[in-house]
Amino acid sequence: MPETTKRIISLTINGTRHEDAISDNLLLVDYLREDKRLTGTKQGCDGGECGACTVLVDGQSRISCITLAASCHGCDIHTIEGQAQNGRLSAVQRAFHEHLGTQCGFCTPGMIMAAEGLLRRSANPDDDEIRAALGGNLCRCTGYVKIIKSVRAAAEALQ
Amino acid sequence: MTSLLKHTVAGKPIPLIDGPEKVTGKARYTADLDVCDSLAGRILRSPVSHGEIIRIDVSKAAELEGVCAIITGADCPHTYGVIPIAMNEYPLARDKVRYRGEPVAAVAAVDARTAERALELIQLEIRELPAYYTAADARAPDAVPLHDEKPDNLEREVHNEFGDIAGSFASADRIFSARFDCAEVNHAQMEPHAVLAEYDAERDRLTLQSVSQVPFYVHLMLARCLEMDTSRIRVIKPFVGGGFGARTETLNFELIAGLLARAARGTVMMRLTREETIITHRGRPETQVDLKIGFTRDGRMTAVECEVVQRGGAYAGYGLVTILYAGALLHGLYDIPAVKYDGYRVYANLPPCGAMRGHGTVDVRHAFECLLDRAARELDLDPFALRRANLLDAPSRTLNDLMINSYGLSECLARVEAASGWHERKAAMPPGRGLGMACSHYVSGAAKPVHWTGEPHAVVNLKLDFDGSITVLTGAADIGQGSSTMVTVAAADILGVDVARIRVVANDSAITPKDNGSYSSRVTFMVGNATIEAAKRLREILIDAAATKLDARPEDIECTAETFSVRGGEQSMMSFAEIATAALADSGTITVKGTFTCPPEAQGGKHRGGAVGSTMGFSYAAQVVEVAVDPDTGVVSVEKVWAALDCGFAINPLAVEGQIEGSVWMGMGQALCEETRYANGLPVHAGLLDYRMPTIVESPEIEVHIVESNDPLGPFGAKEAGEGALSGFPPALANAVAQATGLDIDDLPLTPDRITEARIAERRKRRQATNRKASE
Repeated sequence: MPETTKRIISLTINGTRHEDAISDNLLLVDYLREDKRLTGTKQGCDGGECGACTVLVDGQSRISCITLAASCHGCDIHTIEGQAQNGRLSAVQRAFHEHLGTQCGFCTPGMIMAAEGLLRRSANPDDDEIRAALGGNLCRCTGYVKIIKSVRAAAEALQ
Repeated sequence: MTSLLKHTVAGKPIPLIDGPEKVTGKARYTADLDVCDSLAGRILRSPVSHGEIIRIDVSKAAELEGVCAIITGADCPHTYGVIPIAMNEYPLARDKVRYRGEPVAAVAAVDARTAERALELIQLEIRELPAYYTAADARAPDAVPLHDEKPDNLEREVHNEFGDIAGSFASADRIFSARFDCAEVNHAQMEPHAVLAEYDAERDRLTLQSVSQVPFYVHLMLARCLEMDTSRIRVIKPFVGGGFGARTETLNFELIAGLLARAARGTVMMRLTREETIITHRGRPETQVDLKIGFTRDGRMTAVECEVVQRGGAYAGYGLVTILYAGALLHGLYDIPAVKYDGYRVYANLPPCGAMRGHGTVDVRHAFECLLDRAARELDLDPFALRRANLLDAPSRTLNDLMINSYGLSECLARVEAASGWHERKAAMPPGRGLGMACSHYVSGAAKPVHWTGEPHAVVNLKLDFDGSITVLTGAADIGQGSSTMVTVAAADILGVDVARIRVVANDSAITPKDNGSYSSRVTFMVGNATIEAAKRLREILIDAAATKLDARPEDIECTAETFSVRGGEQSMMSFAEIATAALADSGTITVKGTFTCPPEAQGGKHRGGAVGSTMGFSYAAQVVEVAVDPDTGVVSVEKVWAALDCGFAINPLAVEGQIEGSVWMGMGQALCEETRYANGLPVHAGLLDYRMPTIVESPEIEVHIVESNDPLGPFGAKEAGEGALSGFPPALANAVAQATGLDIDDLPLTPDRITEARIAERRKRRQATNRKASE
């Protein structure tokens, strides 16, 4: 088994600073799930196909299963676990909950992070923008109807 | 149980009670469970489609440092399956492999990389046999049988005839027929398969947590394959990321994990890749439907004749139920005087098929509703009028003895006809656009469980304790459909308490009562009724306590909004907490039980296979689909869908909408683009890019109409809502495409290449006709 070299990365996750020695080939999703036990980020495919592992890296939504953790040195990472503030759901989380934007919930963390990324750059997106922003996030339960509704509701709540 | 009751909670939209966990990432799915001390399990899979296992040598792999256990077919001589008379699969293949990707050995090691390295060191020698990838090839006279006891590779054939077929066809003015070929499809639930098995060597006990929709069946099969007493096994279902039927039977990896954990005398976590998840399959089989329907001039059906061939894959699974459903649910939607059905379930060297949302009905309903539209066109009738000419009455029984107690199809038709502006818009569609419609139905729970024990079909316990909280204990598997929310609403409504007072503990065999599982849309009907009965028992106890406290007769006590009062009395009010304390003073912790048993008259006819299709109540649906078809590329885009579903009573309208939208959309996937593809048995669709399903970009607005026919046996009058609308979508789409393109396309899915081929064929036909005319 080839040994990979390790390096120190330093980054913030949900506002907390972390410094870890990691392998060069460690994927961000494995770093979050295995090393940090932040299992809210899901893995639904064998690489880059479903969007369930979407997180925000420096405010941009990023598919963590095809992102090397090492490439996130110095970055500001946000995951689903960091969305609720003071125990209260974020606007996007609340909208997904109240409008049934989630059924089985497996795509939900990625979907919410992608929606969060969208709303941070476009406060009042129309349906086409919502569709484009979530186009890489697959859901098998909702038919997407209530996901679009949830994102719209979140945008309104944030106005 | 009618909805004439004044509801406090039921009937109002309410978000999922486990929504906060899901939107915060706190919901733990199987792959998220803490695995600090666990071994990694990996499966070695057959590289060939069909062959005899000559030798498996694990000695080199066993020498690898970090390998804790290796198992092969030799470690489990017991078959498993879901239908007691058709269990013909081994957790790990013995003697023979029958599809590419079938598990042959498994390793538990200190980490995943070591386990994968060990798989590479296992030497596998297989003598290849001829392999069959189509039903026709598998049924050829000289084909080698996959299973010795089925020399013709026919897993099951079904033949039945109800009514006077010959006479009824003879009385028809017109007879229409066609052959439809529908591709195999996969559930593609978002969560890949995963399982955590903990073996306690000291006590010889096994705890297994898995992604199952049917933890009870997993429990039974673990006991069978591991030769363990059921009391030594505990099965827990964590959050599950969707099922759609993929997990309605015990799956090989669940048994393999149990066997591995015991062999390693420890804990094994197994996370399957997406590719492995898709290879585990159990999806809807490739199906050929030959359908013939006779009509009178005014559109009344006189007789139906239907032959169905399903390519079932390498093992039995749910196959015999699927092929029976395909015939049984020709009935129950329309009034048809005579129906003949011939079904053939065929083995082939591909991953086994199973149950998928709309189990058994979808491809047949597609054929049926497409043929109805073609007949309407020829008979110069409106598609809605043709359906209306064939409606059933309720209550009634179908030819094959299925019970129809409530029937909201007529209202479903009216709702989508009006909402879509059918008559005005259908006539005014521009070129390249079309409107299509179709109807569908589905069972609210199979009235006879596959594992027949004589027990009630559902049991729910309610516990009231010192803290005043009410805990619902249920084995109903919430897989995202919202069953835990449904039982909360049902209990809160009967008890007159806030939903926040109720907690649900579900799916831990050490704690919760047995439940058959989440399949055949049985949970709302059966578990809902059991919950209502349990809640009524608890209410009785509380009312008795209140009567004593308030010095009134129990029949005069009212309980609403967590307050007990004497009807008409003004000052006599007590809080829920006070009455709960009073009730507990008599007996301590209160536990009550509610059960539901399907009445015998719901359990189907006496003919062979008559139990399949039997149910307490059918949901009914009608939908209209508007499409645009690109004239150059043949790409179909769905512009809008209007769907109406009769769910009896919407206990939670928000969840009902979500279920209708989801099922319509899943029908859209099958109609537009979803299909499995194999190259010499190798699944080339085994990823979420290659198994093409619609993304949010292609997904249309779906306008939902809820119709409430108030079923006399349903919980508050409710029936199922999560499957009935699915099978109407593909034919509604095909009927819309027929208007948009002028082409009747017989196959699913309606991909651009199929549409383009049909266009070319049509042009060729026209050219030939012109040439013929010219030469005459």
